[in-house]
Amino acid sequence: MTSVFGDKRSIALLLGPALLFYSLVMLLPMLWSLGYTFFNGSVITGFDFAGLANFRKLFDDPALMPAIWFTVKYAVCITVGQVLMGYGLSLLYLFFLKHAGGVIRTLVFFPVVLPTVAVSLLFQKFFEYAPQTGPVNSLLDAVGIGGIDWFGSAGKAFVVIAIMDIWRSMGFYAVLLYAGLLDIPDELIESAALDGANGWRLIKNIIIPLSLPVLVSSVVFSINGTLKAFDSIYALTGGGPGTSTTPLTLYMFQTSFSYGDYGYGATVALTLTLICLLVTVVIFRATRRDTVPR
Amino acid sequence: MARVIKGRVRVASAAAAVSSLAVLLAACGGSSSGGSGASSSSGTGGGSSAKSLSFLAINENTTIPTTLTSLSQKECAAENKAQPLQIKKQAQGTLDQQLQLLAGQKALPQLFISANSPDLTKQLFDSGAILDTGEAATSAGVSDDVLPAASSSIKALYDGKQIVLPTELNIEGIWYNKKLLADKGISVPTTWDELTAAFAKLKAAGVQPISNAGKGGDGWGITRWVGNYILRDQGADALKAVKDGSAKLTDAKYVADAQAIADLGKKGYFGKSPTSIDYATALNTFMTGKAGFIYMGSWALAAFNDPKQNAIGADNIGFMSFPTVSGGSGTADQTPANVGTALAVSKTAYDKDPATQAWVKCIIANYGTVALRDSSQITGFKVASGVTVPPLSQDIQTKISNIKDSVLWFEAYFPTKATTSSQNNGGLLGSGKLSGEQFMKTVSADLG
Repeated sequence: MTSVFGDKRSIALLLGPALLFYSLVMLLPMLWSLGYTFFNGSVITGFDFAGLANFRKLFDDPALMPAIWFTVKYAVCITVGQVLMGYGLSLLYLFFLKHAGGVIRTLVFFPVVLPTVAVSLLFQKFFEYAPQTGPVNSLLDAVGIGGIDWFGSAGKAFVVIAIMDIWRSMGFYAVLLYAGLLDIPDELIESAALDGANGWRLIKNIIIPLSLPVLVSSVVFSINGTLKAFDSIYALTGGGPGTSTTPLTLYMFQTSFSYGDYGYGATVALTLTLICLLVTVVIFRATRRDTVPR
Repeated sequence: MARVIKGRVRVASAAAAVSSLAVLLAACGGSSSGGSGASSSSGTGGGSSAKSLSFLAINENTTIPTTLTSLSQKECAAENKAQPLQIKKQAQGTLDQQLQLLAGQKALPQLFISANSPDLTKQLFDSGAILDTGEAATSAGVSDDVLPAASSSIKALYDGKQIVLPTELNIEGIWYNKKLLADKGISVPTTWDELTAAFAKLKAAGVQPISNAGKGGDGWGITRWVGNYILRDQGADALKAVKDGSAKLTDAKYVADAQAIADLGKKGYFGKSPTSIDYATALNTFMTGKAGFIYMGSWALAAFNDPKQNAIGADNIGFMSFPTVSGGSGTADQTPANVGTALAVSKTAYDKDPATQAWVKCIIANYGTVALRDSSQITGFKVASGVTVPPLSQDIQTKISNIKDSVLWFEAYFPTKATTSSQNNGGLLGSGKLSGEQFMKTVSADLG
């Protein structure tokens, strides 16, 4: 078998089909999409070469900045929420639920496997204000606060989106971070405890530094996922009310497929790609400084 | 020994390559049981005679699929035998995206609900994707089965071409609950001031004055109020002036007119939260007696005449024209009329497929009778004699036949982007969270 993997033709034959497939379904559409940024039109009306007009349009588009701002706000809030909640849960698994944590872990992980649209519909009903009153508003009514029109304004709709998406994915990050915490030797924790490091001091001085690599990986996972969020927001609010919860992904989708402006849609997609790339590079550079020995 | 190893390496390499290709092909092939057998036969890109007549319907309109199904079983049974009807459904809110994707792939079904935006339907026609049904009806000898009123409405919208089939012929206006108004001592309003006074009275009595949807794209229920107010205030050509460029939505008069509707929203006349209400809920609210008024087209007659849906009874529903506005130059007899949800036909499918041609001919010849008979729906097609019409439908039929001056709706001349923007923001206007100026600025920015 060693001889097989040492043979260049074998490697080429083994990798060739996969590489070809990857190129056809990933690289080619990406390049194709990049090409669209220099054209105006749609598959129905046909395409005209537009030069850099679509890039200039980015600067004049009143809908672009709100979409970027929502995307960044969403990515930051959801990432912080997902990773913090996940980390808190993983610490809970490690310190308090070491022996009976299986059921809790399964329950917390369960929303991860639920279809996004089903979760969104569930939350729509939870936070319903009219014509029926959902459980959340019934509770608020019962305690005298009064019902809230959650989907009637941008700020309140964002709160529901944040609660839903953090709840939906914190189980995944809890499992991921728990796996990282399990790698910390018990002896190290025990000796730190003997030295008097308990509670917050133990977490701050021992647990966090030792679990930093997996924590950083979680942040990278989360931020890249949230920058590209589409389905949960589309199913929950449809980008509304108005366009107040429209992320770049949804704006790109609407521009291309609702308004038939493929060229500008591709330019918006390129903008999102560059933002994702920039964020990833920044995170990796920041963590490299932390991990490279001096 | 070296030769033996080299030979084995070759065999292993070949085996690995074959295995990886097999895995790749298996993955690409998917499950043989999961796909829809009909889908391969329903696309029209190939040009050969299709095995079925594929119709793309929308979830929100049940009358058209019901009528076509009825046709397939009776009047068009022979056509259905040659090419069985196959109905697929799509949410109305995503219909335009779906049509663009299918048109781009040259895979439009033979029949489909025309796009929400007339601009997109025009684009599809200009690209040769959809049929000039007026010409087709003339060639097939059934042009007399399309009512002139419907034909002229379509032509007004599509530059003189009859490019869709009028499965509806509607007038729009304000429907009211007769009993509710009588109980509260309200007579049928004839002016805007009387109407708003009626709203105030109903609100004070704890009744929701207006039921119109404002959730997502269903905000057209509220933007219709904006369009009509503009037409009553500034005259029948006010929206055409925006299209022609001689006026802007952000002009003071247009902004003030939109503000009149925002004011209704501020006073809570559209209910607790119009942004939470979709079309079906809005209609249901009215038909269960929880609201006094609803702005709607006569396409709702199918629901109004259905005792299972309409708890207040068809006899209890009245229709009034959008009232005049004090000092306005528009009149109440300028009636918003349209062909509502219409059918489009794929040109490729029609031209190359005699079975599809036979189906379309049969639909034109019989649709009007079956829709009125089975769903009390008034269409743009001729109706055979002897069909019994419920009194409410009869009343609307008379009103439609008496129309002398028809006008279009708010978004009729808008491109797709502005139509979406207007309808998505209608709910906020109806809840009073968006001022008339903000609304008009937002829509105007998307007019291009």
